[in-house]
Amino acid sequence: MAMKHKFRRGIAALAAIALAAPLAACSSSDGGTPELMWYINPDGGGSDPHGGGQAEIARLCTEQSGGRYRISVELTPNSSTDQRQQLLRRFAGGDSSLDLVSMDPPFVPEFAQAGYLAPVPEDMIDEFTEDRVESSITAATWDEELVAVPFWANTQLLWYRKSVAEAAGLDMDAGVTWEQITAAAKEQGVTIGVQANRYEGYTVWINALIAGAGGEILTNPGPDLDDVELGLDSDAGQAAANIIREIAQSGVGGPSMGVSDETVALNLFQDPATSGFLVNWPYVWAAFPANNVDFIDDIGWTMFPATDDEGDPAPPFGGISLAVGAFSEHPDLAYEAAQCITSEEMQTLYMLGTGNPASRAAVYANPEVVEQFPMAEMIRDSLEQAVPRPQTQFYGDLSAALQREWSPPSGVNENTPKESAELIMAVLRGERLL
Amino acid sequence: MTTITERPSRRKALTDRARQERALGWKLAGPAFIVMLAVTAYPILQALWLSLFRLRLTDPDSREFVFFGNYQVIFTDSLFYSALLNTLIITVVTVAVELVLGFAIAMLMHRIVLPRRTLRTIVLIPYSIITVVSAFAWLYAFRTDTGFVNEWLNTLTFGAWNTTFDWFGSWAPSMTVIIISEIWKTTPFMSLLLLAGLAQIDGAMEEAAKVDGATFWQRLFRVILPNMKAAIMVALLFRALDAFRIFDNVFVMTRGANNTETLSTLAYKQTIDRVEIGMGSALSVVLFLLVCVIAWIFVRGFNVDLAKGRN
Repeated sequence: MAMKHKFRRGIAALAAIALAAPLAACSSSDGGTPELMWYINPDGGGSDPHGGGQAEIARLCTEQSGGRYRISVELTPNSSTDQRQQLLRRFAGGDSSLDLVSMDPPFVPEFAQAGYLAPVPEDMIDEFTEDRVESSITAATWDEELVAVPFWANTQLLWYRKSVAEAAGLDMDAGVTWEQITAAAKEQGVTIGVQANRYEGYTVWINALIAGAGGEILTNPGPDLDDVELGLDSDAGQAAANIIREIAQSGVGGPSMGVSDETVALNLFQDPATSGFLVNWPYVWAAFPANNVDFIDDIGWTMFPATDDEGDPAPPFGGISLAVGAFSEHPDLAYEAAQCITSEEMQTLYMLGTGNPASRAAVYANPEVVEQFPMAEMIRDSLEQAVPRPQTQFYGDLSAALQREWSPPSGVNENTPKESAELIMAVLRGERLL
Repeated sequence: MTTITERPSRRKALTDRARQERALGWKLAGPAFIVMLAVTAYPILQALWLSLFRLRLTDPDSREFVFFGNYQVIFTDSLFYSALLNTLIITVVTVAVELVLGFAIAMLMHRIVLPRRTLRTIVLIPYSIITVVSAFAWLYAFRTDTGFVNEWLNTLTFGAWNTTFDWFGSWAPSMTVIIISEIWKTTPFMSLLLLAGLAQIDGAMEEAAKVDGATFWQRLFRVILPNMKAAIMVALLFRALDAFRIFDNVFVMTRGANNTETLSTLAYKQTIDRVEIGMGSALSVVLFLLVCVIAWIFVRGFNVDLAKGRN
């Protein structure tokens, strides 16, 4: 009997500890230095404070602050969809630990419209837009106001096997069209790595194809639902659908095109037997040697392919904007930290450490950057032409509905653009599920 | 779930002792009852209430009372019916296969004497693995880049099977993998419940049938199965309710691509991805009602007494 009582009391004590422990962990902070929590998307540096990534920048900025603040990092999930979801849940719950957030640009409008982002201090706007490539400022702007700080800017290039292009007689330096590389891939029996899994990366591709044909998915961006007008059901939409269908049905997209994300596409390109072309972000340049690719000398790069002969190519725009949470207890310090994080010094370090391109144009003239990234100039040119994804607070729904109608890529046909436009509108009006 | 067996018919004629016992009962069970209300009744009622609104978490100002509008959208949307169909297919196929497989395993566990405990432990391993982990294991096994299944099938068919076959590229193969993974994961649970039923059968009955010259199949269908009907029905009910709420496998393997959406993933998408709280709540309510219907069919239709075995 006595044993039993002891046992029960033990359980009660354990339960009390289990309930109290997380509370204690939350309230702990060492000394007087305010702690800034920075939610970072995974990069090459992971959470290693010496890894060359955002975690290292956090360490360096903490040191440079001279004790004014201390930045800790928290990793968000791998995929951009999951990142949005986690951040959204935290913001919706009024989480005050969201001081600094590395955010995928298309989600900025949704978060800004919901009032989740702390306003950018007036006197800092000049500094945050100084020397930045134009597309990165556009992506951090909502309703004509800067709502986030451009950190790094990303764009996709076309990577190719020089031997394949030569055999197919393509002049890669002059720029190529999707039709040309599809024909070349068929003729040479090689593949084109693309992103056509039902995820955010597929929207990136569809948007680039439509923009490359002079079209727009969203013709009048703005906060009001009633004003939303879509440009999918157009010649540009048809051109995009034709390209995707052709690549899927001819098999040059590889055996698992319907589930291919950046990694699957990269693996496809790394297979020496079938590699031909790949559209992907510049991080792949650092991945080739890491994955022991033995034909690196045969790999070339050029501007993202044009949708047709007439229009200019519209390379995808990506990267990360830095936002300050509206519920943060130290918004002023967070913006001060953002100054440090997005400084030329840190962006250079970040580009060298992770291969993620800077939003500051000056970084591309840095000799070390030029040496490590022979394609730096091409990246900067591509960023000048890059077209961001549609800016709307309903971006999540728009993108998901688009992905649903355009999946699987082998099922895309001439009705897909029109049907996807109808679905998007119905979903936005709350008349359809998603 | 419990069944009340003896309902007092004469309410007024309570003795002092009975009244005190009742009061004591409330004192003892009352706190637990309140906790139950707080953690189950409150969320259910709130979901019911929220399901009558059009409410987007990122746009709280546009909250609008739409009455049964969300339900109307659900019941007119083809996506709901395709999700319902997928869920039903998964439920029926997995439960049917698991019943047969689980019964075979239960018979084996029941009969075998020597490595009895080892065998039971081995059989339980898949069930002890977290569903998300097992879903990833199956996903990686079947994927074209990391998988080995295509290679094995290729070897087994002497090269006829295409090693680049994309299991997650279309509906039927995706569903096949989802179902196989689900069966692998939960058959042990089924076999454990059936084993309990087998253990309850009086060995003398089987022996008598044996003496009378009954074959194995005759003994199985005339003696064993009828005597464990209650256990089978309980196992079927538990697994059917479980399978109907399938989420992890679909979420990990396809995320609903290629029309593999189930009711749970659909509700998740509205609530978590789109933060359309009203629509998500409405879907959850529909899912809840469907689960109730299944339970009702089993309990009333097949006369399952869930309290059986406690007597």
